[in-house]
Amino acid sequence: MSIAATPAAAAILPGRGGIGGALSDAFWRNPKLLLFLMLTPPLLWLGVIYLGSLFALLLQSFFSIDEFSGLVVREFTLKTYGELLRPSNLDIIVRTVTMAGLVTIASAIIAFPIAYFAARYARGRWKAVFYLGVMLPLWSSYLVKVYAWKLILAKEGILTWVFEKLHLTFLIDGWLALPVVGGNSLSVSPTGTFLVFVYVWLPFMILPVQAALERVPGNLLEASADLGASPSQTFRNVLLPLALPGVIAGSIFTFSLTLGDYIIPQIIGTSHLFIGMAVYAHQGTAGNIPLAAAFTVVPVVIMGIYLWLAKRAGAFNAL
Amino acid sequence: MRSDKQNRTPLGLKIAAGIGLAFLHLPILLIFLYAFTTEEKSYQFPPPGLTLKWFAVTWNRPDVWEALGLSVRVASISTVIALTLGTLCAAAISQTKFFGREAISLLVILPIALPGIITGISLRSAFNLAEIPFSFWTIVLGHATFCVVVVYNNAVARFRRMSGSLIEASMDLGADGFQTFRHVILPNIGTALLAGGMLAFALSFDEVIVTTFTAGQQATLPIWMLEELVRPRQRPVTNVVAMVVVLVTFLPILAAYYLTRDGDQISGQGK
Repeated sequence: MSIAATPAAAAILPGRGGIGGALSDAFWRNPKLLLFLMLTPPLLWLGVIYLGSLFALLLQSFFSIDEFSGLVVREFTLKTYGELLRPSNLDIIVRTVTMAGLVTIASAIIAFPIAYFAARYARGRWKAVFYLGVMLPLWSSYLVKVYAWKLILAKEGILTWVFEKLHLTFLIDGWLALPVVGGNSLSVSPTGTFLVFVYVWLPFMILPVQAALERVPGNLLEASADLGASPSQTFRNVLLPLALPGVIAGSIFTFSLTLGDYIIPQIIGTSHLFIGMAVYAHQGTAGNIPLAAAFTVVPVVIMGIYLWLAKRAGAFNAL
Repeated sequence: MRSDKQNRTPLGLKIAAGIGLAFLHLPILLIFLYAFTTEEKSYQFPPPGLTLKWFAVTWNRPDVWEALGLSVRVASISTVIALTLGTLCAAAISQTKFFGREAISLLVILPIALPGIITGISLRSAFNLAEIPFSFWTIVLGHATFCVVVVYNNAVARFRRMSGSLIEASMDLGADGFQTFRHVILPNIGTALLAGGMLAFALSFDEVIVTTFTAGQQATLPIWMLEELVRPRQRPVTNVVAMVVVLVTFLPILAAYYLTRDGDQISGQGK
């Protein structure tokens, strides 16, 4: 080996020539410089443009609107937040949160068997089928999915046809005649809105639940069975607690997405407003940016509390 | 010891999982059927007849082409920006440790974690305050903001699996920083970036909520569809466009899946 014979001076190579070489050397000697250069563009973009806009919006929620001129008064006030507490606006908030809660529960129930099957029983080719089977609907166009449900729920659509063929039309009619959930047809009823929400957000629930279930060792369930637990006991006392962080992680998506959506209830549902629709209406035709901004603070606060609770439940490890 | 393979799948679970998957896919399949229907005025099922006529009609619609062109341009530029910013951020986060790392990764995820309407309205009011007129670039600005996260996620995952000693070895063998990037880092993260870029493209191509706030008079394809959904003018054309959109978005997703598949299988079956 000739390393020992190399003179010590040559172990330090001469600096590289050219601008590229000099830069490269500078980065090597001073990693902080490289880090700074790497982080500046994304931080400028996200920190200044995005966070800046968010804070500007937050700031505007403390302004108010002059009721006579319709102009925004740029003085600090809590009046706009007071307006949120009006019965009609409170109604909107309660309706949206209730819907988000129901959608989350329903997606968790539908997602669990799919996630469990994919995590524990699907192998090889089936694993891929399940993975793509969730990924394709997740990534396919949101509007196309909503449109598909417009086709399904239409009065002359496939659902009515199926129930007619099964001679079960009275079921739909009976359901639509119910006071809160019903309406003239499925596509203009809260039931329709609920179905579409569940459909569109379901993949967001399946993936984290599946990730959580994949980490449950199979022999834990066998041990539970060996110790005399019935399948339902094993499910309740072993599987469910271990899967819960995944369910909570998924519920963050389903809950947050339902809170902020304004397109689905606009296309399929009643004329009752949801938070998103209220925001859209206030900033658009009404020009009441302060109230619209105050409305957007509601889902942010709700999600903030929700995330804090989820973090305490350990849900972020399942993401 | 693993005994999973001897386990029989309970029938009830099989049925429930099957119904769930059917629930996810049947509505999308229905779109394909409706693209061929002869019915113009309603969403009648079953279709009274099947025809290819609407494909020709859609092909000759300039507004559809215009919307498609705008969507492709916006998605391409947003993807390029997201690739640059996302890769830089991922490299910084995964290769070094510094104060505020967690805050930065949270910042990247925030645009997609907060409801889209919040991103949309805050950008819109910021444009209004700064008196920036709505244009092609305001749309791109909004899209790139939330596309960064998908590139970032893909790149971070790959950086974590890439051994740091590879870079050190390259440097020890005399390559400078740029050569190392070009010949060692890029080939290693290439497929992850491609996958992230495709997903970013799909995300931007499909985005509607933020776009309604940041677009002026221009209509991207999703905006065009939204208008048709709220006030249907020519349902058969919408049907055809919907089908084409499904097909077009499936391709990048399948491609992204095959590009990152090996890694998923390792992490999915390990431990």
